[in-house]
Amino acid sequence: MTQPQKYTLSILVENKFGVLARVAGMFSGRGFNIETLNVGPVHQEGLSRITATIVGDQQSLDQALKQCNKLINVVEVEYFGPGVAVSRELLLLRIQADSATRPELMQICDIFRAKVIDVTAENVIVEVTGNANKIAAFYDLVIPFGILKMARTGAVALERGRSPEKLVGAS
Amino acid sequence: MSTPTAQPSPEAVLPFPPPYEEGSPKKGAEVVVEALEREGVDTIFAYPGGASMELHQALVKSGKIRTILPRHEQGGGFMAHGYARATGKPGVCMATSGPGATNLITCIADAYMDSIPLVAITGQVYQTLIGKSAFQETDVLGMSMPVVKHSYMVLEAEDLPRVLREAFHIAQTGRPGPVVVDIPKDVQQKVFTPRFPLELNIPGYPEPPKASDDDLKTVLGLLEQAQRPVLYTGGGIISSEATDALRRLAEATGVPVASTLMGLGAMDPDHPLSLYWFGMHGTVAGNWAVCESDLLVCLGARFDDRITGKVEKFAPEAKIVHFDLDRSEHQKNKPAHYPIFGEVGDALRRMADLVEKTDFRAPDLTAWRAKLDQWKEEYPFTYKESPHILGQEAIEVLYEETGGEAIITTGVGQHQMWAAQYYRFKEPRTYLSSLGLGTMGFGYPAAVGAKVACPDREVIDIDGDGSFLMNVQELATAKVEGIHAKCLLLNNQHLGMVVQWEDRFYEGCRGQTILGDPDNIGSPDNIDGLYPDFVAMAQGFGVKARRVIRKEELREAIREMLDHDGPYLLDVIVPYSEHVLPMIPQGKSAKEILTE
Repeated sequence: MTQPQKYTLSILVENKFGVLARVAGMFSGRGFNIETLNVGPVHQEGLSRITATIVGDQQSLDQALKQCNKLINVVEVEYFGPGVAVSRELLLLRIQADSATRPELMQICDIFRAKVIDVTAENVIVEVTGNANKIAAFYDLVIPFGILKMARTGAVALERGRSPEKLVGAS
Repeated sequence: MSTPTAQPSPEAVLPFPPPYEEGSPKKGAEVVVEALEREGVDTIFAYPGGASMELHQALVKSGKIRTILPRHEQGGGFMAHGYARATGKPGVCMATSGPGATNLITCIADAYMDSIPLVAITGQVYQTLIGKSAFQETDVLGMSMPVVKHSYMVLEAEDLPRVLREAFHIAQTGRPGPVVVDIPKDVQQKVFTPRFPLELNIPGYPEPPKASDDDLKTVLGLLEQAQRPVLYTGGGIISSEATDALRRLAEATGVPVASTLMGLGAMDPDHPLSLYWFGMHGTVAGNWAVCESDLLVCLGARFDDRITGKVEKFAPEAKIVHFDLDRSEHQKNKPAHYPIFGEVGDALRRMADLVEKTDFRAPDLTAWRAKLDQWKEEYPFTYKESPHILGQEAIEVLYEETGGEAIITTGVGQHQMWAAQYYRFKEPRTYLSSLGLGTMGFGYPAAVGAKVACPDREVIDIDGDGSFLMNVQELATAKVEGIHAKCLLLNNQHLGMVVQWEDRFYEGCRGQTILGDPDNIGSPDNIDGLYPDFVAMAQGFGVKARRVIRKEELREAIREMLDHDGPYLLDVIVPYSEHVLPMIPQGKSAKEILTE
């Protein structure tokens, strides 16, 4: 039994009725803990990719992969350990910032290459992308300004190029 | 770091027009029936309602399919189970939307647990009404999702032929299981020209793999070296039709065989290599053999808790080889040293060939076999004589009077275990029982379904009074449809297995386990207290029935049941005080088995 760890699963699925419910239901029904879940279509017609991070030991990861693979609408399952994949999250924050505090906030945004995408007299909306560490660091720094609202995607991930991929549309 | 899979590359899933055969224009419901006919379906167990009556109208016109009306959707579902379990062919049941569909859920879950090929078709309300809390609307797809191998909601009528082809393919290939097809009423009513696909393209469902030669040779090498080997065989032997191959391998290697209840019948229990079945109430010899083994070769079984008891103490000294075509079973409950991913029947056949054609040196198991024979001799299934008829005894007499040739179905509880202990099953697909889910009420409808599938076989439900009452209405189906399924009812007026646990672990405190009047409990010594009157009930259904209380009448009464040309209920009054033995208490190990 290994220590609980965070794993990123990348699940290629057929884009069919109820497929997200099947995958999510399998996780909850089998007692796996999903931390984040993302889904969106990919370049191949009729397919979508689900990126999920789960927390568990090696054995629960092993089960999660196999149970996922058993679902008929799942075409391919991969998992990424640390360093194998690039992973990004997107964070949107509405932060309290008036004319007095805004300059300092903008400075922090600059350092993190965060974008201000909406401004009013009392607050701003900021968009920042990056890996989980960068997101966490930015978040810690802006807490003192006062966070009014927040939305966060959780990780999407792709494994680093290990073999030449076929070009989109190539047969 | 991706996991190795047998999945095709994503490029292979780009859609292409598969070849098809065009039918003549007709309603969606009629297309469904034509698709069923193309699958070779000869019987469907179906209860109609508003959202499925189009399908029934189409079934009426079918010259190939017999539609049997159960008296409850759950009865229909378990009839389909009986049909499927007795033949290996997919069982087909159908219900209307809402309550009809929810009544099928238990049958679907049961098929999921026992890996039974079942196609469950449900009517659904018009698509325009979905999500509106329409009359008899439920999200059956969502409700059944955790207990299906796969499921479909057909949104376009044109998809019907493909969906049904896929549903039958998925239900009966690989590890079999239930598939739900939910069909809205507008889809059933739409008239169109169907295109029946001739090829399937299911990218996420590859052909099951086969074990490699190297894997098989490794296992044979382990067998050559083993001193205390056991083959642990499960339902995978039955579903992959591998009985002959198993027998060949066992005989060629001399390795003893211990079965699960799902695998019953793969070996004749009287075969010298047979340890019959093991687990909570299985043979002492089987349990101890597995426990002391140094090599345990698991073939198509899943290390269920009723088999392992305390997992850490299960076969603690054994190297474990685990053949399964469902990779998720590997390392799920008990770590295996050699997980082998592949179809079990194929692996067995090839191993038997290798043993017979190569220079396999069978291990010298003289000492091991002598020990097992001694255990078998010392601890047979046994019970103490009683002045009253005992369940065990009734089953023994049934075994003798049928020559062991009947197909037996059961409910769930003590009688289910006794049936497996005392009706010594020597052929596959003859012990049909709800083993994973453990659904009471399974027995009689399953017997009806099995009898429809195998009209020339004697089919008998060995049942308890609690279980039987749960689907007693199916006596009507048997009578009206002329299906000669019989029931040997072991009537002890209690929920016997729960009573047994109460006696052993709860100081005999009865927690709603008495089925009659608690102030006047019926028994062989208190005939007036017997409740309900099963004989009168059966007669109300027009089914011949008889109550037997005295021991000396038992054999003759069973003979009468067997000789009767029609459905029959034999109500055998037995005391409730008997316990199923041996017994490994939950969470204990084989060595802690209780024999008295």
